[in-house]
Amino acid sequence: MVRVRIPTPLRTLTGGKGEVETPASDIQSLIESLNSQFPGLKDRVCDDKGEIRRFVNIYLNEEDIRFLKGKHTPLKDGDEVSIVPAIAGGAF
Amino acid sequence: MSKASPMSTDRIKGLICRECGKEYPAVSLHVCDMCFGPLEVQYDYKVIKARLTRTAIEAGPKSLWRYADLLPIAGEPTVGLAAGFTPLVRAKNLGDELGLDTLYIKNDTVNHPTLSFKDRVVSVALTRARELGYDTVACASTGNLANSVAAHAAAAKMQCYVFIPHDLEASKVLGNLVYRPNVVEVEGNYDDVNRLCSEIAGEHKWAFVNVNIRPYYAEGSKTLAYEVVEQLGWVAPDHIVVPMASGSLLTKIWKGLNEFHKLGLIDRLATRVDGAQAEGCSPIATAHKLGRDFFKPVKPATIAKSLAIGNPADGYYALKATAESGGAMETVTDEEIIEGMTLLAQTEGIFAETAGGVTIGVLKKLVKQGLIKRAETTVALVTGNGLKTQEAVMNAVGRPTRISPSLVHFQKTFGLGNHER
Repeated sequence: MVRVRIPTPLRTLTGGKGEVETPASDIQSLIESLNSQFPGLKDRVCDDKGEIRRFVNIYLNEEDIRFLKGKHTPLKDGDEVSIVPAIAGGAF
Repeated sequence: MSKASPMSTDRIKGLICRECGKEYPAVSLHVCDMCFGPLEVQYDYKVIKARLTRTAIEAGPKSLWRYADLLPIAGEPTVGLAAGFTPLVRAKNLGDELGLDTLYIKNDTVNHPTLSFKDRVVSVALTRARELGYDTVACASTGNLANSVAAHAAAAKMQCYVFIPHDLEASKVLGNLVYRPNVVEVEGNYDDVNRLCSEIAGEHKWAFVNVNIRPYYAEGSKTLAYEVVEQLGWVAPDHIVVPMASGSLLTKIWKGLNEFHKLGLIDRLATRVDGAQAEGCSPIATAHKLGRDFFKPVKPATIAKSLAIGNPADGYYALKATAESGGAMETVTDEEIIEGMTLLAQTEGIFAETAGGVTIGVLKKLVKQGLIKRAETTVALVTGNGLKTQEAVMNAVGRPTRISPSLVHFQKTFGLGNHER
């Protein structure tokens, strides 16, 4: 299982939960699996081509996945993933 | 100008997400709630084109408000009425030194009232904040923005909080305190200050000029491009060299040039927009050199504190603007920054702050690399005043020559014979 930190603006989709657990082998499968648990989440994180949106940062154990293998970055049990909007949203 | 409601006018349609295109009313909002992209003001250029001409602009006030039709306010300006319209100086001596036939300095070291280009963005932001009903303004700042927000808030009788990193230059700290705002020194760098301000903006109903008012605030930077074009006789230069912190200024320079082109105010647009950063904080320039359209945030370590933003909000758009325009990006070391400052002072008599040293240092490199050619008309944006960053050059400018009040002593000291009388 991978632990995922959910940012405030997406917590409306997770029933208010700031941290969830989900099985996943890479970032792409993590997003799919989150989306089946919390429908609508993928649309917020990915564009209509399935690419991670430019102003959504995803970190694996504190490292930006853009500097790893992007959405193909492999995950293992116990990893921690954070989804963080690039622009801090004071207005939310 | 129309007296319509502040939310929309015939010129201003509202806000639009730069990424997904979702539309919003023109309120105090800066992030798209769908895709987290930044919001931008959306204008109706047809309406603007119908009435905006060179003659109309030339008849306007000698301030940035001569371009009010292209700024996101609904009514008349109420804050910062004297900001902008700073000198465009033909820099013959510096051009000779660097190998450029036609070089200009856009001199925002003498902007009104706080001696930096931030007087532009703050005039727009505070006018808009008032229209939206705010009585308290705030900002996260590396210094110049805080100075300008504090000064304008005093004149506009608004409550004010400015948030700055704890290690700013003495003059930039004093340049806040004198206006009596709440000056909050945060134990951390600018990126820490900015994060904190985003949290505070979520809790308090204040106009944070570079957080929830950012879509309006940032538009003020376009006036630097407008002025350059008008002052060159309605011609866009071949190059504009722009210092980068968040990347917003460069992005807006490119936008301003394109707007003038689209509105038919200039016939031709072939300007290359070049970005300048300090080596100790160069996330945008580094990404450009690596050919990436994303950047890696850094921990800043440079004397150019006004540019020390390690996680630049508009980094992506600055990379895109430079690429679209065919421009370049370069970096300079702290030593080269000081050299740039003293070179500009000693050739043109303009005392710029460290960011100006970055611009001049990068200009010098780009000429040397052949990326800016001798015959190309070039404008360097010098955006802040050297009296605010005295620490940087204190050990590079020598000492006064001390003498007794004696003619003989004077002549002896300087090797002048008394026959010269």
